[in-house]
Amino acid sequence: MVSQKGIGIVATQYATFTPPGGFILESGEKLNSVTLAYETYGRLNQEKTNAILITHALTGDAHAAGYHKGSKKPGWWDEMIGPGRAFDTEKYFVICSNVLGGCKGSTGPCSTNPENDKPYALDFPIISVGDMVNCQALLIDNFGIEKLLTVAGGSMGGMQVLAWLINHPDRIRSAIPISTALKHSPQQIAFNEVGRQAIMADPHWKSGNYYGFPLPARGLSVARMVGHITYMSDTSMTRKFGRTRKQETQPLKFTPGYEVEGYLQYHGENFVKRFDANSYLYITKAIDDFDPAGQRPLGELFKGVNAKIMVIAFKSDWLYPAYQAQEIVRACKMRGLETTYCEVDSTYGHDAFLLEIEEQTCLVKHFLKKVFNGYSVLEQNGE
Amino acid sequence: MANESVSPDHRIILDMVQPNASVLDLGCGTGELLYMLIREKSVRGQGIEIDEQAIYRCVEKGLNVIHGNLDSGLTDYMDQSFDYVILNQTLQQVRHLKTVLDDSLRVGKKVIVGFPNFAFLKARIQLSILGKAPVTESLPFTWYESPNLHFLSISDFLSYCGNSGITVERREFLNERGRVNILPNLLAQSGIFLISTSK
Repeated sequence: MVSQKGIGIVATQYATFTPPGGFILESGEKLNSVTLAYETYGRLNQEKTNAILITHALTGDAHAAGYHKGSKKPGWWDEMIGPGRAFDTEKYFVICSNVLGGCKGSTGPCSTNPENDKPYALDFPIISVGDMVNCQALLIDNFGIEKLLTVAGGSMGGMQVLAWLINHPDRIRSAIPISTALKHSPQQIAFNEVGRQAIMADPHWKSGNYYGFPLPARGLSVARMVGHITYMSDTSMTRKFGRTRKQETQPLKFTPGYEVEGYLQYHGENFVKRFDANSYLYITKAIDDFDPAGQRPLGELFKGVNAKIMVIAFKSDWLYPAYQAQEIVRACKMRGLETTYCEVDSTYGHDAFLLEIEEQTCLVKHFLKKVFNGYSVLEQNGE
Repeated sequence: MANESVSPDHRIILDMVQPNASVLDLGCGTGELLYMLIREKSVRGQGIEIDEQAIYRCVEKGLNVIHGNLDSGLTDYMDQSFDYVILNQTLQQVRHLKTVLDDSLRVGKKVIVGFPNFAFLKARIQLSILGKAPVTESLPFTWYESPNLHFLSISDFLSYCGNSGITVERREFLNERGRVNILPNLLAQSGIFLISTSK
């Protein structure tokens, strides 16, 4: 069970990096300077061996745990991070980083382009999941951390975990990819494309140059609605909404009569307040293009990787079905990596990685304990 | 998890495994055997198990375990990538027994197989005299609940190994009182074999 006391009040911090020669993207393009928003919880030990990086999903941010001052809503993975929780901040130093290309404090299409002092908009270069983690590596350097104890995250966060394994195998002792895939299936790309088309079809989008003007709110809101459908399952929707109608509506006039319609509209409209439409385009493109194995045989993917790996999937997740997690496991087996895999029984669909706390806590907590202490854990006879 | 609670079949397997070896336990259950192997023999252990709740028990013990089907569990491992593959009380439950055994011998330098003996005296009496599907200590399931798909005897297994070019390096037999030294196919409830391919 989740322990009562959380992390308390936290604040997002920002780090700007100006590497000599600029920050080179995997596409070959460069950004002269990059800023990452991040939060930290717990304390880095003297040997700097207890650092954990948490990576977030498509529309997440650096605020993974605790509360921002004056806010009643905790971070997006609060139940997993804190004293006594899965990522125990009494033992570990937890860093959660926002991604490059995002709109929550990190460099992205809504940032100011130093060349013309205007928002980049579509002048922002195409970024990849690899770029996101290469940028995070600069943040880790900044802390003087040579090797992370683990990198953990779900969905797009899981892709970042995989990219860490591939781009920086010497810098992580373990990896926890959750509800994720080595590459998107056509179905996943298709849903993202519907979202992108909805944004670009909005007359306010204006080829991305909407900053200072009305936002492409309808388009972004529809994109979010499509997303929400894919994050749930048939069962979870039935349980949550059934065919219940909202009161005081006139169902014949195409107003949101059913609960589920109201829910989607509410979340769509709310999303516009906190997310940038161009970021949605760039980031969904980055995850659609993620395919680290490419044409190479699967057995070569984790060449040079020595980390212990824990892969987690959820039964009702049809957006990132378990077979995709099993493909990660297969790649691990081919290299003889120490691997743990669990397909957790859940009806929540893709959202399960945010909601199934008890099972994930059991898995993550003990896995981290072993990675941190080695097999001596076994000799201590466990808990 | 104290030493004294080690079951006789686990004790025999512990004796068969060399220290510091790498071990793949196919159908590792809640991980007792792997845990003992790591503690007593400092092996590098990996388990595969189909039951989700058993996975959590394994992870709590600090074990590496993959949630998955035993029939396809070995497929992706490279040849001879483990010193030992252990199939303790699982072989009779896989669908494609021959494929799993062949794959175990491919992936493991040696394979340890333990299974209930269907030709144990008590089972024979139940079947031949009483005319009932046997229920014994090593075959504890009624016909309608049994997960066992294959019913084999110690003799069956030994002749299979002989016909398939499989070398039996060690053999141990057990009944409820301990080791069995004579007439194992009649008197043993289970057999444990250390096998390898003689190629």
